[in-house]
Amino acid sequence: MKMTEKNNRIQAHPILTVNRGKKIHFTWADQPCEGFENETIASALIANGFHIFQHHHKDHSPQGLYCANGQCSQCLVLVNGYPQKACMEPIHEGLQIQPLDGYYTLPANVPNVVYFPIIHKQIKVMIIGAGPAGLSAAIELGKQGIKTLLVDDKNQPGGKLVLQTHRFFGSKEFVYAGTRGIDIAKNLSNELGQNPSVETWLNSPAVAVFSDHKVGVLKDNQQYALIEPEILIIATGAREKSLRFPGNTLPGIFGAGAFQTLLNRDLVIPGQTFFIVGGGNVGLIAAYHALQAGIQIAGLAEILPQCGGYKVHLDKIKRLSVPIYTSHTILQAHGTEHVNLVTIAKVNDSFRPIPSSKKTIACDGVLIAAGLNPVNEFLYQAQEFGFQVFAAGDAEEIAEASAAIISGRITAKKVLSKILNTQFFNDEIEDLLKFKQVLSSKPGETLKSKPSLTPAGVKPIFHCVQEIPCNPCSGLCAQHLIQIPMNNILSIPDFIDPDGKCTGCAQCVIGCPGLAITLVDYRKDARFPIVTLPCELTVNKDAIIGRSFPVTDFEGRVIGIAEVIHVIQSAKMDHTSLIKLIAPVEIAEKIAGIQFEKRIASFSENTVQDEIKSQTMLCRCERVSEQEIRDLIQHGVHDLNLIKAITRAGMGACGGKTCESLILQIMREEGVSQAEVIPLSKRPLAMEITLKTFIETDTVLGKTENHDS
Amino acid sequence: MIHENFDTIIIGAGSVGVPTAFFLAKAGLKVLVLDNRPSIGQASNKAAIGGIRATHSDPSKAWLCQRSLQIFSTWKELYGDEIEWKKGGYVYAVYRKEEESSLKALLALQKSWKMNIDWLDAKALLEVIPDLNAEGLLGGTYSPDDGNASPLLSLFAFYKHALAHHAKFHFNEAVIEFTKQNGKLTGIQTTKGYYSSDIIINAAGAWAGELGKLAGIPIPINPESHEAGITEPVQPFMEPMIVDIRPMGITSNFYFYQHATGQILFCFSPEPPIQGFNTRVTSDFLPTAAQRLLDLIPRLQNIRVRRAWRGLYPMTPDGSPFLGPVLDTPGMLLAAGMCGQGFMLGPGVGELLANVVTGCSSEAQQEILQNLSLSRSISRVEMLK
Repeated sequence: MKMTEKNNRIQAHPILTVNRGKKIHFTWADQPCEGFENETIASALIANGFHIFQHHHKDHSPQGLYCANGQCSQCLVLVNGYPQKACMEPIHEGLQIQPLDGYYTLPANVPNVVYFPIIHKQIKVMIIGAGPAGLSAAIELGKQGIKTLLVDDKNQPGGKLVLQTHRFFGSKEFVYAGTRGIDIAKNLSNELGQNPSVETWLNSPAVAVFSDHKVGVLKDNQQYALIEPEILIIATGAREKSLRFPGNTLPGIFGAGAFQTLLNRDLVIPGQTFFIVGGGNVGLIAAYHALQAGIQIAGLAEILPQCGGYKVHLDKIKRLSVPIYTSHTILQAHGTEHVNLVTIAKVNDSFRPIPSSKKTIACDGVLIAAGLNPVNEFLYQAQEFGFQVFAAGDAEEIAEASAAIISGRITAKKVLSKILNTQFFNDEIEDLLKFKQVLSSKPGETLKSKPSLTPAGVKPIFHCVQEIPCNPCSGLCAQHLIQIPMNNILSIPDFIDPDGKCTGCAQCVIGCPGLAITLVDYRKDARFPIVTLPCELTVNKDAIIGRSFPVTDFEGRVIGIAEVIHVIQSAKMDHTSLIKLIAPVEIAEKIAGIQFEKRIASFSENTVQDEIKSQTMLCRCERVSEQEIRDLIQHGVHDLNLIKAITRAGMGACGGKTCESLILQIMREEGVSQAEVIPLSKRPLAMEITLKTFIETDTVLGKTENHDS
Repeated sequence: MIHENFDTIIIGAGSVGVPTAFFLAKAGLKVLVLDNRPSIGQASNKAAIGGIRATHSDPSKAWLCQRSLQIFSTWKELYGDEIEWKKGGYVYAVYRKEEESSLKALLALQKSWKMNIDWLDAKALLEVIPDLNAEGLLGGTYSPDDGNASPLLSLFAFYKHALAHHAKFHFNEAVIEFTKQNGKLTGIQTTKGYYSSDIIINAAGAWAGELGKLAGIPIPINPESHEAGITEPVQPFMEPMIVDIRPMGITSNFYFYQHATGQILFCFSPEPPIQGFNTRVTSDFLPTAAQRLLDLIPRLQNIRVRRAWRGLYPMTPDGSPFLGPVLDTPGMLLAAGMCGQGFMLGPGVGELLANVVTGCSSEAQQEILQNLSLSRSISRVEMLK
């Protein structure tokens, strides 16, 4: 069960400060372990090398952390006799944690039960979710003094922003472009704090929307509250899509969010070598985060002929030698108790795997980044129940976090228009909507980079050839030499310097979110100019200055060797080092990357083992296989709710959060008309909570004590 | 438009309609089941919690459920399907003199019907349910032959075997009107076609009254809504269904059990009743149910509640169903007004109606039809609704 004796904690990180709390002692399956204050049980266990948290009651299959987001219930462990979500529950000194193997025995003796009275609260506006959308909406409402309650299940505001260590794209004028997600979260939280009309409840998941226009919340994870808002804003974000392949529930297979939570929030390393499935922005960024944390990436598979994420994100990881397998899919994850190998294959034009192209790749972790679905159950229920309800952010439409910020503002202004009965905000809403459209736009054309004409002076080189909504560089140049038109932030930057005003200050190199600007300085030696590269990895300058390393073009092709002459690191440079190289003029302007170490993990290609295929699971909670569901569909059972009734898929702890969309995929494959399909009934509660939480008074307490036996 | 003739048409593919279709099709009849929802059991069956008892206060219901118990308890053996049948028994736990005397009075009657039910004193009852709150416990009735099963899996099993016997099911199809000739029903016009039949069975659950209106037959059935909840699974520790008939606050009773899956299912009857077709969950249910549950089984304090929902009880004025032919309208058979007990009554009702249709009903069954006919005089009210 224990993967490695090693302490899987990040000791140093190029972006994040490693600052652990007090050391804490706890036990796992009666073995002593060490953790740190404020760590979740899941992170502490993984840091101690434990990945299997439970064995499923149905087939005894190993279960581990999957979503790390309080959504899926795969990570339940027994804490002092009761199940807890390891991903949400912090460790405490002396905690005795046991695996949850099968059904647990409900403890008979319940000493000193504390009951909290139910909070009944009326409020003008309630916002569920304090991510970028919810925070932004709350700020706008707070500015107008509207009494607002903002609730979130996490212990800090910011949603997924707190996992994003990279600098954001978008527009610096509107949405903090060029700022790291973690810092945007702080900025928004600080801004929120200046609005006394907004009350924020953290660690307080919304658990149900009721037809009597009340929202159930578990305040501080312990006290039940029934909130009656006049207006409800759903800013619940998104959840990750799951993928279907045999072995898809093995421990070591994570959603991208879980992976980033472990790495970037909890500074824990879930494996030494990961394979990534999905070449959208989420997968590409997660790969980069992995490399920053010192994890090897054995490869990244994307089923489409091209990765869908921004090219600058793709190029960043290509320059760090990540093998990219486009037109590839994952066929299977291998391993008995933990993933240790994946099989991938090339796909044909109709996305079917080509058997002869199978390869196996060794890894001890797989990251699934297969896209997002809106978390919209509360929205639909509230609409059905006749709430005055609005959606913001991913709950409304899946887009980048910067678009979610705008979406939150738009929603707040719509709500204000309603409350204040005014059309005052209409123009602003119109403008914001247009801008959100831009931020949500798919990457545009990829252009050819323009060759430099005059190898003289000093100038930035833009390795940024794809039209994406991003403009921070245009504001970074003190001489205003970099231009992106305000009315089209999709366009590629123009560097206009007829009078040779560029001083080579490298602010543009430091500030480009895509690390796609370099500086070439011909002033000392036009034949061997100095090239300045940005670097967001941990760099030991003494170990590299004076040495030569392979250098690559912007897409990671090695084009020569260059000597590092200087490394600039400064607290003012937002965790970005500047690497100065001397390179021959022929390649100087092409250099965009440098390889300090060979990063390709050892892997075995083309050695497919014939082994008994493990099953593809659709419903994780109840372990219902794809085969079981496909058989039913082929036998004419086309009603999701009947499939649920027969197989229990969707009846488990999570209530169909991952399996519903997978079952719909199979319906499509089997030719079931989508018009025919009725969604799974969504019922409260959104998560399991203890019975005693619902007790209105403490009158049962006395009786309880008499009956402890 | 389709035009087809059937021996029998059943309206409603729920807890009653589907087993009825099974028994009719098994008897060799050409059966059509119509439902306006997308599949079986999508109205009240999936809201049922699964209790099955023969220990009623109405002898007809007791007889029907006796049959149901036999069908449920032997189903897996005979047909192979897992329906999660568990013979856990029923306990009516008593904490007050008034319930003690009323249940003991009923007990005498039930015993006269040769039912396996007895009064246990507090000590004996605690041996059956060690976790029951002992404080103030006076005792209770215990009927060990009652039990529970999965309404979902049971219905699917009946469905599967009805199909195997060539019953036809049409979903997403609503009845528009009944056709009559000389006062006798002759067929049904639906949203998709016309079907003729000499026998049309109204098994429309909460909607049976509405359907009756459409056929020109006033049937006094009105839906009341009840909410139910379910917990996470835990190791088995409670055998019987536990019923507490004390009224408290907004509840007139409370009942719960641990299902074969290890989950606790719980439910109460709202007081005053909530009438109408609304099945949207309210915020009142969980706090009320939690209080009653913990009053009875304090050990459940930290069990985690998974889900809550609301379903409809098709109520009749006296708490007993309407079964069999309708005096003024030949062609119509009622299998309606189950008062929230459609699941436990369904197989017994289905078997009886199949016998009626095929003309081989027993004397006992004839008597039940008399007792449960629409034209009966509504005088007394079922005590254990």
